[in-house]
Amino acid sequence: MVRREVVGAHYGLRDWLAQRMTAVVMIVYTLLFLIVLASRLPLDYGDWKALWALPVMRYATALFVFSLLVHAWVGVREIFMDYIKPIGLRLTLYGVVILALVLYGLWSVEILWGM
Amino acid sequence: MRFSIYRYDPDVDAKPYLRDYDIALEPTDRMLLDALVRIKAEDDTFSFRRSCREGVCGSDAMNINGKNGLACITRLIELREPVVIRPLPGLPVIRDLVVDMSQFFKQYHSVKPYLVNDTQPPEKERLQSPEDREELDGLYECILCACCSASCPSFWWNPDKFVGPAGLLQAYRFIADTRDQATNDRLDNLEDPYRLFRCHSIMNCVDVCPKGLNPTRAIGKIKELLVKRSV
Repeated sequence: MVRREVVGAHYGLRDWLAQRMTAVVMIVYTLLFLIVLASRLPLDYGDWKALWALPVMRYATALFVFSLLVHAWVGVREIFMDYIKPIGLRLTLYGVVILALVLYGLWSVEILWGM
Repeated sequence: MRFSIYRYDPDVDAKPYLRDYDIALEPTDRMLLDALVRIKAEDDTFSFRRSCREGVCGSDAMNINGKNGLACITRLIELREPVVIRPLPGLPVIRDLVVDMSQFFKQYHSVKPYLVNDTQPPEKERLQSPEDREELDGLYECILCACCSASCPSFWWNPDKFVGPAGLLQAYRFIADTRDQATNDRLDNLEDPYRLFRCHSIMNCVDVCPKGLNPTRAIGKIKELLVKRSV
């Protein structure tokens, strides 16, 4: 009998680290966004429009959305790894989630640059 | 005192059930194990593991009123009645409170819980500075009772793939040992989405450890070393 030794798959660190880093990005963005909003109160439609016309606002929000998607992907995949044992079903679910996240990303870009 | 105890003998019972016991305790009966021994004297079909009866051997780990702990160091006076005793959750039951710990020890063995050092050993012993020795405090005290791993949902769902808090604490015990030379191999062995990264730091392990150890911190240290190694 072949004696198999258990060794690591040599990945997992990057996902774990990405989830932490994207969390930091989201916290920083959320705080800055609240400060920006608070500093511009009271806000009417014109102000709101002007705010989103700023490229920095668009890029920062795009970065936030990207972080959110990466964060969500790592988290949802973890849940599937915990609970979904049949490989075929799990891969299918991975595919569905990736597709949904990519579509959300594209949709966000359309909203941000379509305003 | 009233107890409600999980009973299951696969040769006789179709399925597990809780059986109630009313036991008259003596003034010398202070720990839960004392009460269990009295129950055993009354009903000799009741099975559980016990040995040192002072919280060192880790044999009598069980689920006490919903929380894992060692019967021998759990005070009766602090338990709410009826005291519900169940086997450690997540491990296969052999009989009554006796569980099959093979999977738990398999994970423990997989982290190579021994010193790896290929250099010629000195005549007496490999010395450490007091500071280096201090690194092992909070790690070497583990008695492998499995209270922590059996309270960890990640270990419940993937006991064959996730090393579990006890195994990871032991893994870090040797990573932290300055006399050990296999740090890199040890980190390689753990860098895996299942073996290490199933831990989501919910700290059930810290909550139940009868020795007051902190596997979550040890796991955090392992992750920190992995980050340091790769960035």
